[in-house]
Amino acid sequence: MFDSLSNVAYIAASALFILSLSGLSNQETAQKGNWYGIAGMSIAFLATVLRSDVTGYGVLAAVILPGAIIGAILAGRVAMTEMPELVAMLHSFVGMAAVLVGIANHLQPQTLTGAEATIHQVEIFIGVFIGAVTFTGSIVAFGKLRGLVSSKPLMLPGRHLLNIGLLVACVALGAQFLNHESTTALLIMSGLAGVLGVHLVMAIGGADMPVVISMLNSYSGWAAAAAGFMLSNDLLIITGALVGSSGAILSYIMCKAMNRSFISVILGGFGTGNSSTSKAITGEAKSISVEETVEQLENANSVIIVPGYGMAVAQAQHPISEITRVLRSRGVNVRFGIHPVAGRLPGHMNVLLAEAKVPYDIVLEMDEINEDFPETDVVLVIGANDTVNPSAVEDPDCSIAGMPVLEVWKAKSAIVLKRSLGSGYAGVENPLFYKDNTSMLFGDAKKNTDAILSKLAALVAA
Amino acid sequence: MTIAIDKESGAERSPSQHPATYRKIGIPKEIYAGECRVAATPDTVKILQKYGFEVLVESGAGEAANFSNQAYLDAGCRIIVDTETLWSYADLILKVRPPIWNSNLNKHEADLLHEGATLISFIWANQNPELVEHLANRKATVLAMDAVPRISRAQKLDALSSMANIAGYRAVIEAAQQFGRFFTGQITAAGKVPPAKVLVIGAGVAGLAAVGTARSLGAIVRSFDTRPVVKEQVQSLGAEFLELSFEEDGTGQGGYAKTMSPEFIKAEMELFAAQAKEVDIIITTALIPGKKAPTLITTEMVESMREGSVVVDLAAEQGGNCEVTKPGEIYRYQGVTIIGLTDLPSRMAAQASQLYGKNLCHLLDDMGRNDNYHVDLDDEVIRGALVLHQGETVEPLPKVAPVPQKIETPVVEVPSVKARSTPTWIWTPLLGAALLGIGTIAPPSFLSHFTVFVLACFVGWQVIWNVKPALHTPLMSVTNAISGIIILGGMLQISGSPTSATTILGAIAILIGTINIAGGFLVSQRMLKMFQKQ
Repeated sequence: MFDSLSNVAYIAASALFILSLSGLSNQETAQKGNWYGIAGMSIAFLATVLRSDVTGYGVLAAVILPGAIIGAILAGRVAMTEMPELVAMLHSFVGMAAVLVGIANHLQPQTLTGAEATIHQVEIFIGVFIGAVTFTGSIVAFGKLRGLVSSKPLMLPGRHLLNIGLLVACVALGAQFLNHESTTALLIMSGLAGVLGVHLVMAIGGADMPVVISMLNSYSGWAAAAAGFMLSNDLLIITGALVGSSGAILSYIMCKAMNRSFISVILGGFGTGNSSTSKAITGEAKSISVEETVEQLENANSVIIVPGYGMAVAQAQHPISEITRVLRSRGVNVRFGIHPVAGRLPGHMNVLLAEAKVPYDIVLEMDEINEDFPETDVVLVIGANDTVNPSAVEDPDCSIAGMPVLEVWKAKSAIVLKRSLGSGYAGVENPLFYKDNTSMLFGDAKKNTDAILSKLAALVAA
Repeated sequence: MTIAIDKESGAERSPSQHPATYRKIGIPKEIYAGECRVAATPDTVKILQKYGFEVLVESGAGEAANFSNQAYLDAGCRIIVDTETLWSYADLILKVRPPIWNSNLNKHEADLLHEGATLISFIWANQNPELVEHLANRKATVLAMDAVPRISRAQKLDALSSMANIAGYRAVIEAAQQFGRFFTGQITAAGKVPPAKVLVIGAGVAGLAAVGTARSLGAIVRSFDTRPVVKEQVQSLGAEFLELSFEEDGTGQGGYAKTMSPEFIKAEMELFAAQAKEVDIIITTALIPGKKAPTLITTEMVESMREGSVVVDLAAEQGGNCEVTKPGEIYRYQGVTIIGLTDLPSRMAAQASQLYGKNLCHLLDDMGRNDNYHVDLDDEVIRGALVLHQGETVEPLPKVAPVPQKIETPVVEVPSVKARSTPTWIWTPLLGAALLGIGTIAPPSFLSHFTVFVLACFVGWQVIWNVKPALHTPLMSVTNAISGIIILGGMLQISGSPTSATTILGAIAILIGTINIAGGFLVSQRMLKMFQKQ
């Protein structure tokens, strides 16, 4: 009886997961959405525990509790700037779990025959394959984000051939596996798929990380769905499909935002080709002092702040939030313009600004704010580079041509907080720095924003 | 006093289809007191002649708009001194104001029109039923420029928009005349000058023209309109669009505004009251078709304005948006100058005549010029403007067309980021083939799971597009957490011997899956708590 009940519970859990994702559509309902997810998960878990074919309670308790504790500690400790790493690591866990479940399932005695047995074998094989690619790919992504692995794309000679070779080998092993139920073939394939995952992500540059992360997110979903097929479990299928399509959509959005095709991102190698052919930049960059910056901010009616990954690295979001608060209390219209691929994770900047208590209604998307730059007095660009590069619009030969960018150079004045005049991840020189209305405030973003804040605060107090 | 029109030649009229007669267009002098406009300028008569018409102009018709008789002569017109001769001689009369009683001749202008002739003018048929009857008795064909339908095709002959544009511009100029300060903010050796603040209510053609003019003089401009669609247009002119925290769309038929709910009006009035205390100049342009203009600026609000402020009421003729407006007058009410002028276009007679004249040329062009001249009852523009056809009323009767509230600027569609990618045609057959293939070889047990899978993909696709970009990171951590559901797979495999490989693998899968679930949900909760509105 409990088995029928557990199926009903799975329906409820699926519905709750869907509600959870739709709850995330806006900030007001997002927390509720998360609770729906937790509720769905609890129902699914309890229903499975009560199933008649689940009896290993001792083992279950022995792994569930430490797992939950480790998860809670990780979640509690992680800094918001490290979110991309955490997400990458969690993806690798899903991939790993999918591999383990697949192999374990294969090792269980089977009762299926004929076409059903074959399909079951295929399901196991595909599930393990996706799981393994996700697992190693996510580990490399984690390494790149942590800086443990160089974020420069790894360009092996004949890398496309290598990928194809690995794929062909996996398919061949698949045939072997189907014909002889060979566990060895399955294990070798897992190894090869792991190598493929490593190689795929190694070849992708740091600036493409948002796409990679969303792509791995999608893979982890498909891995779960494949596990659902092999276990004939609809809840796993539904959840996997939801997560898979979510990741796919995010990848699509990220690619759109960079004006790149998905294929070219996956095949890797960003900013390595023709950056040398982009136009030589003439002119001199003007530098500006903290005092002058404060003066400009003080006299401005409207200010737009454009943050990038550099803000996250320098941890400058807190002073920036304070600067925003001070300026707003003086009646200055301060808003934030966020490029879709700013940071290393979709929506990364929003999370950082939220952490620093910037009200979300003044944090706008690129499309919402791009038209407002001409009427803006001062733009503060903090640690962003490629996302504000006018070359994307003006120079059809550069490697980021056609990528939508925040048109900060149209404002009356743009102040760029940056360490040097170096180019960004894309390796394209940024003519913004040499425009007449641009000034550079060199140095560490955190130190500079702290200095701006203390000067501004002194002005307010005076 | 006549000049032959023999210089009209060639291209437009080939000898083979040489018309028997040139239709004569008469341009009478406007006799309405203070009306300075004229229905044709030396520039537009040239176009009319090019269309094959012969143009007769009453002596002095353009004088008030600074177009001399000589200028018309030079353009190739005939000048007629006697008013009655002009009216009786012309086949088509082009006018600005509706026909009225001519006290000099002791005759009504409608009676001057020869039987069966055509009159093109502003008519305001609904307000002037006697005039329409009068013209019907004359068996006249009457086209009302005020009744031209406001559709894209008819924009070039939309005289209401032309006039509204001028009225909006002139409203700012009149306000500047009365306002004792600069519009633009300046810092001079003699001290700092703050910029003037201008509020424009109603962002139709007149409103937008006022916004643009005030902006270009350097003022800080705000604008309010009940129709949210005009927000972009207002902002494109560099003004601030005021909004109520109230959801109601005032977009009515044909680009006009409609009457709003009482709650909305209350919120709106509060906004105006607050603005009145702050701004220097208020320009109102709010009109609702067929109704008295809504009262937006109450006596109290005017009293709360600073001394020296100015209110320009462009709706003065329709009852006024401001309670203290006196139509046709400029006067001071407790230190605030109230401008209720109703003849703003006429105050820029040369410009207004030129634009109106062009509108008329476009109309006659649409009606087939001289050679093909006809009243096309199937043409929705002509049909809309037609008040009388050979003395008969034509259904449907033209509606009352009020002063513009029209969206003229084309609304540029911004392609949404969320646009679904439409699969190219190649995918449809491919997908069909794939499904067929699965259908033929797969057993039913697989198919039922496959159905669930495909449907879940669709649900995911529909739901995820609604997620705001700002929430993409929490979305990812939540999906991460729920993909930890894979522990169910592990749980089904740990029930055997505790030392078997299956159990061990399953147990490890549960362990790391649980880390995922706990970690993912908790970190999402942490993040989501941080998102706060001010």
